[in-house]
Amino acid sequence: MAETLAPVAPGGGSRSPGRSLSAFLHQRPRLRLSLLLSAPVAWLVVAYLGSLVALFLSAFWTVDTFTGALIREWNLENFRTLVTDSVYRTITLRTLGVAALVTVIDALIAFPMAFAMAKLVSPRARRFLVVAVLMPLWSSYLVKAYAWRVMLGEGGFVDSVFGTTPGYGLTAAVIVLAYLWLPYMILPIYAGLERLPDSLLEASSDLGARAGRTFRKVIFPMTMPAVIAGSIFTFSLSLGDYIAVQIVGGKTQLIGNVVYSNIGAANNLPFAAAFALVPVLIMVGYLMAVRRTGALDEL
Amino acid sequence: MNLSRGARALLRLWLVLGLAVIYVPLLIVLVNSFNAGRTFAWPPEGFTLDWWARAWGNQGARAALWTSVQAALGATAVALLLGTMTAFAVHRYKFFGQRPLSLAVVLPIALPGIVTGIALNTAFRTTLEPLGIGFGLMTVIIGHATFCIVVVYNNVIARLRRVSRSLEEASMDLGADTFQTFRHVTFPAIRSALLAGALLAFALSFDEIIVTTFTAGAGVQTLPIWIYTNLARPNQAPIVNVVAVFVIVLSVIPIWLAQRLSSDGASPTAHTR
Repeated sequence: MAETLAPVAPGGGSRSPGRSLSAFLHQRPRLRLSLLLSAPVAWLVVAYLGSLVALFLSAFWTVDTFTGALIREWNLENFRTLVTDSVYRTITLRTLGVAALVTVIDALIAFPMAFAMAKLVSPRARRFLVVAVLMPLWSSYLVKAYAWRVMLGEGGFVDSVFGTTPGYGLTAAVIVLAYLWLPYMILPIYAGLERLPDSLLEASSDLGARAGRTFRKVIFPMTMPAVIAGSIFTFSLSLGDYIAVQIVGGKTQLIGNVVYSNIGAANNLPFAAAFALVPVLIMVGYLMAVRRTGALDEL
Repeated sequence: MNLSRGARALLRLWLVLGLAVIYVPLLIVLVNSFNAGRTFAWPPEGFTLDWWARAWGNQGARAALWTSVQAALGATAVALLLGTMTAFAVHRYKFFGQRPLSLAVVLPIALPGIVTGIALNTAFRTTLEPLGIGFGLMTVIIGHATFCIVVVYNNVIARLRRVSRSLEEASMDLGADTFQTFRHVTFPAIRSALLAGALLAFALSFDEIIVTTFTAGAGVQTLPIWIYTNLARPNQAPIVNVVAVFVIVLSVIPIWLAQRLSSDGASPTAHTR
């Protein structure tokens, strides 16, 4: 196409190198595609996925307990420890429980908020509210976790306003994680509710359904994928967190903390890798389970 | 929907309370940065600008800020390039492995940060160190870019889906070559999406701590790492407050700008860590 039009362009006789290259590329879509893909594929697929595979493989190695040297021999020792040692079973179950609890708390807080944002306020206020929810999402994770440490301390804000504080421990960890990930739940639910046409709700009420019934039969089934999309974030982020837990969790140990201490203090990378695979497997399982609900398209 | 007046009021109240809970901790940090007392007991003991002055003179914090800016700029540049290339490839072509590729873009933020962190850490140790490339600013940039690609990708592909291809075809029909079309037609159409993606990538990198922990060398300290190490030192706490407020303001500005630039900027949750 560009070939036939070339004479129209200025300097039609002798074609510039740019124009020749352009024509050359234009006729070769496969080449253009490979040029576009080479760098991202090299980076993401080779380097990043490669690293993940390397991590996966190192989970099957062990460490010499005396010298600390890696023993690159294929064995299932790490996984055996994970399954049989009750300490790790407890930590895994605790982490799962925390992640599930955080997700439920966030869903319960976020749904009414998102509903009010999407269906009750004016479009102007709506835009403002979206930014208001989005901004703290971006203001430093560390600062927010730290703010809670200050607030939960004895004589801190929570203590002086409510007369008591949960202190640092498992409860504090759940509160802070639920706080940190709340915007990740509000935004997908809001997006889901905003897409839900008001006319459907009106039709439901015209047909005689009261608010509760409309919610059960119309709103909830249609926004379920959005809630699940939000839960993917709250769940995954809770499964892997160790910093917030270190800051406010007291002695609480979650999977992330054990992984971290095995890389650092204990210098047992293979075991850290094996334990890190647990949240990955849980997430992959969760993603598979919710794939058919259409939640992944809402991400 | 025929919600009773009471129900409406209740929902609105819930929204206001929810937002209050979201903002209270941030306000407390702000107030405490002016708190004369060292213990941050509530209510504050008095007003002082002392901590702000001291934070300003703190060499460690300044150096960390500069490191963070460098890392974020580097990661943003890489993410901008790779994210845009991927978005164009996925949007304009059909190819084998398209779906796995778009999954690979999302994976670095969908998996817990600690997994990404140790995976990259192991890979760097086994591949880069034998080549004589140690952990440093470069490895931080590589680590950050990996999870920043997705925000650029999401913004650009969302825009590409809205821009009509007929404009480009018209440009080609009028005799413009591929590069002229890109410069004069395609690029202006996606410019604000690129800017929004870049701002979000910058903010994402600026705030990242977990991946940084695993990819930074001993001498490289970003601002989040500086905050984290100084949290443990009680006499540094007031200065940490000031730096925290500074970080909030510094990361909120790009987000606010990005939000204004692209109200369509993919799904809002695509901007995750």
